Amino acid sequence: MQELFQQLANGIAWGSIYALIALGYTMVYGILRLINFAHGDIYMVGAFAAYYLARLLHAGGPDPSPLLAAVVLLGSMAICAGLGVAIEFFAYRPVRKSSRLTALITAIGVSLLLENLGIRLFGADPKFFPQLVAPKTVVLAGGVIVTNHQITVVVISILLMVALTLFVHRTRTGKAMRAVAFNRDAASLMGIPVNRIITITFAIGSALAAAAGVLVGLTNPKIEPLMGIMPGVKAFVAAVLGGIGSIPGAVIGGLVMGVSEYLVVGYISSTYRDAIAFVILILVLLVKPAGLLGRNVAEKV
Amino acid sequence: MNGRNMTFRPAVLLGLLLAFAAGCAKQSNEIPVGVYGSLTGTTATFGISSKEGIELYMDNVNQAGGVAGTKLHMTVEDDQSKPEEAATAVQKLIDQDGVIAVLGEVASSRSMAAAPICQQAGVPMISPSSTNPKVTELGDYISRVCYIDPFQGMVIAKFARQTLNLSKAAVLRDNKNDYSVGLANYFSESFHAMGGTVVVDEAYSEGDQDFKAQLTVIKQKRPEFIVVPGYYTEVALIARQARELGITVPLLGGDGWVSDRLLEIAQDALNGSYFVSHYWEKDENPAIQKFVTDYRARYNKTPDALAALAYDAAGVLVHSLEELNKSDPAGFKSLTGPRNAKQAAARAKLRDYINATKEFPGVTGKITLDAKRNAVKTATFLGIKDRQYEFVAVVEP
Repeated sequence: MQELFQQLANGIAWGSIYALIALGYTMVYGILRLINFAHGDIYMVGAFAAYYLARLLHAGGPDPSPLLAAVVLLGSMAICAGLGVAIEFFAYRPVRKSSRLTALITAIGVSLLLENLGIRLFGADPKFFPQLVAPKTVVLAGGVIVTNHQITVVVISILLMVALTLFVHRTRTGKAMRAVAFNRDAASLMGIPVNRIITITFAIGSALAAAAGVLVGLTNPKIEPLMGIMPGVKAFVAAVLGGIGSIPGAVIGGLVMGVSEYLVVGYISSTYRDAIAFVILILVLLVKPAGLLGRNVAEKV
Repeated sequence: MNGRNMTFRPAVLLGLLLAFAAGCAKQSNEIPVGVYGSLTGTTATFGISSKEGIELYMDNVNQAGGVAGTKLHMTVEDDQSKPEEAATAVQKLIDQDGVIAVLGEVASSRSMAAAPICQQAGVPMISPSSTNPKVTELGDYISRVCYIDPFQGMVIAKFARQTLNLSKAAVLRDNKNDYSVGLANYFSESFHAMGGTVVVDEAYSEGDQDFKAQLTVIKQKRPEFIVVPGYYTEVALIARQARELGITVPLLGGDGWVSDRLLEIAQDALNGSYFVSHYWEKDENPAIQKFVTDYRARYNKTPDALAALAYDAAGVLVHSLEELNKSDPAGFKSLTGPRNAKQAAARAKLRDYINATKEFPGVTGKITLDAKRNAVKTATFLGIKDRQYEFVAVVEP
């Protein structure tokens, strides 16, 4: 029983990372109907931005300061927000009026560009993420052991998700975002600055991916330029699983993915770790084609 | 369309000519030797250490006038820690650089990707440190200067069973890695034969970041030690995560742990753990101390076991070249010339001299190749204490 709870605890911490990345996929898809394949690589850039920021600021080391850790996290989020906006402006905006397939291929191109640029700039060998928060283990009820890093991951993820939900539902910009997602042309006719809303969406989504990158560096301190590929795919599956376009759906999808991965490795075999994502996806889509929380909207052809 | 083709044609021709000229340009009076290894990627220190060991040996030989007055020329290719790139790298060394012998790799998976190409081309390949038995089974041009995994697995089992007096093992192997799977199996066999039991056998894949699911299962079975026959990056992460989960038992492993990055990543997590290596840098043997001093002077760091094995692999090659020169000076001369039947015969002879290596005095011990072209030699057991390596024992074959 203790083993099961231990696997669940670890799975939730891992799943919150997927959830953060999945949010970016789901937001961009909701607004542009574009699957932004470069999103997983933004997560990678987030981890590297934090790595270099930490070295620059001399954060980390034996007695790290929590203030510097926060600066590193926010700095990396800001850098990636900028990167996301730039990618949207230079790569996606010029093809926005073309077919969806064109945009999709552009996204794959951007993804490959970021990966190979990463290898060129950062080097192909793994880097070891500095210790931004001194590690400590905490024993929970029932003998379940978690680290303060895992707790940090879950807490920061929850905070960011709550902030995002409030932003989308309680602010004017959020309202405009929902309007653009609902019907871009009508929103534009109502005087909503569509381009600015899309820019904001990319900025927020990329910042969340960067946060995920920093948090992963905290718990698993090995980062490399191709680290974004698999989590990117898994988070995409999580977004589809939860119902793409739905914010709570992305969170639930991410957690389901994280926990099921742990259960598969723990009780079946690590060989199926990556396969399970797709098995779950197929099963859910067979029963609910729009995903767990997705709305079934018939598309006009 | 047609016009564009016309302008492109001279460019293509010029390119071909240049390539051809480059191919012919190697008509120098040096012996071309190829080195391939993982200079980047997940096991970057493997390739860098090996390259430096070989470079040091060859430069020493060249400074002393070369092999019978002929200098060695080393060409290095990076395989990015990927087997498929290893095959490409060796193909390039043979086809474009016209090397007459190849030194490499550390990782068995990558040696096994490159070996068939060397065998096919009739170019002798000496692996400094691939320990999976299958490597040299790929052909008679393939040999190695290190021991093999059945021995290494036995050494780990014996150490755990007899020295540490433990009987319940857990195994955490890298399922995508020939070396790790082989070593895990050989360890388990030997450990069973010695009366121990493997209570749990879990797996991961190279490149994984998170091992807590496997470690949670392992913890529940309460083993007395965990054998992690993987490579240093994953081993260090596994050690950290094991300690985070409250697993305090020692970790045991093989020569895949050899890297100066190991303790940098693991920090204190590997204190109290043990692994098998190929040599001990503080050994008082003057040959070893000379190697360590030379290496430090040049690269400003202590050579690890993989650098030492690479140094010895270069030594075996140079020694065989000298033998070839003694018995067949004309054949030896052909090694600096173009690739023809005469050179192929000389390479075959070079292969025979390599395979007949006997009692070569290397820094990792006396090297004698057996009928399967594997070195029969001692293993060195090292322990980790307060983030420092310490010598534990030498195990005879």
